[in-house]
Amino acid sequence: MPLNIRTYHDLTEPDRSGLAGQIAAQRRRVAARLAGVGRVVAVMSGKGGVGKSFATAGLGRALARAGRTAGVLDADFNGPTIPALLHIPVARCALRDDAIEPAVSSDGVRCFSMALLLQDGRPLGFRGPEAESHVWRETLEAATLREFLADVAWGTLDRLLVDLPPGIQRFQELVDLLPAPPAVLTVTIPTAESRDAVRRAMQFAQERGAELLGVVENMVDGPFTGDAGEALAREFAIPLVARVPFYPDLRVWDGLAQRMLRSS
Amino acid sequence: MKFLCVECDRQMLFEERRLPGDGTLAAAFRCPQCGRAVGLLTNPMETQLVASLGVKIGGTTIEPQPLETVRGMVTTGRDDAFEDGKGETGNGNGPLPAWSREAQDRLARVPNFVRGMVKKIYADYAKERGIVEITPAVMDSARSDLGLEGM
Repeated sequence: MPLNIRTYHDLTEPDRSGLAGQIAAQRRRVAARLAGVGRVVAVMSGKGGVGKSFATAGLGRALARAGRTAGVLDADFNGPTIPALLHIPVARCALRDDAIEPAVSSDGVRCFSMALLLQDGRPLGFRGPEAESHVWRETLEAATLREFLADVAWGTLDRLLVDLPPGIQRFQELVDLLPAPPAVLTVTIPTAESRDAVRRAMQFAQERGAELLGVVENMVDGPFTGDAGEALAREFAIPLVARVPFYPDLRVWDGLAQRMLRSS
Repeated sequence: MKFLCVECDRQMLFEERRLPGDGTLAAAFRCPQCGRAVGLLTNPMETQLVASLGVKIGGTTIEPQPLETVRGMVTTGRDDAFEDGKGETGNGNGPLPAWSREAQDRLARVPNFVRGMVKKIYADYAKERGIVEITPAVMDSARSDLGLEGM
């Protein structure tokens, strides 16, 4: 005779383990920490090497020059570059009771990055069983993103820029963690190959409810040919907010910052 | 994950957790009606997956520390990544618990990257319970009670 077993959602008794409650508490901690942030902007691209971090740092510094408070969360844990791009020297992180103080650039941009924590030249290594480590490594990176959001004393910011690694996985994790999907600033280079890869990422972001703020076309005066920036802007009916040459002057970034500030 | 005593149709309650230090986890659950207990045993990968979520089977009684998962799991962190001392003496008022020589030796073996956080967690645990001296036995109890795998 088969056993009559209640299923998971049939159980209503209090659960001391409270795993679901612990996850919910993590989400509340993220929301509480970001309560003073005007807008979270994910800087993303479906492709590597297009200059996301370069554009993120340029935008962050321009926002600061415009008198706005800006932070940059370097979400590329395996190839963190934001502190170097913001000219922030690696120094000890200051602990408060419930948070870590972000590093601050000479322009006033607040920043947190795995580069502040790792030994020079060493890859990000996690403790754990080596066999089948792909099962848990991505989960740990998502937990790292959660802690960078929730445990850094970001304070009051007009914009928190999240510099994402190539691909879409970290963006999905960001969507899962935030109370609402972040706005998205997309970076591409002019080529058709970049256009096709970035299009997929933009589609992904749009399908998850993110507002697409605009496209930055980077490296426009170099060896690359194409019109990826214009094509993507037209296709998604969003503005091409900046065309960035190899050696941009401050006016390029200041113009981008002004457009970003007007977009909300 | 929940356990159901099918005979009693009652959800079993978490009772005890053990971290033997080999990457595995053992947790006991007991039926509140008939008293029958079952053990949940996870292999290192399963234990790691749960730890990666930043949750603890059986729950926890102390507030999470800043960057707790990162500091507890990253193996390539700089020794001097965090300032020493600040905020690492335990929460609340009252005297700080003392550290026995053996406990200090054990703490000294913890990598610098995570040592300050570990020290604070043990201090909080001891103060919460009115323990005046932290010994290796207290550290073992804290590891199991708080689910501090690897600390």
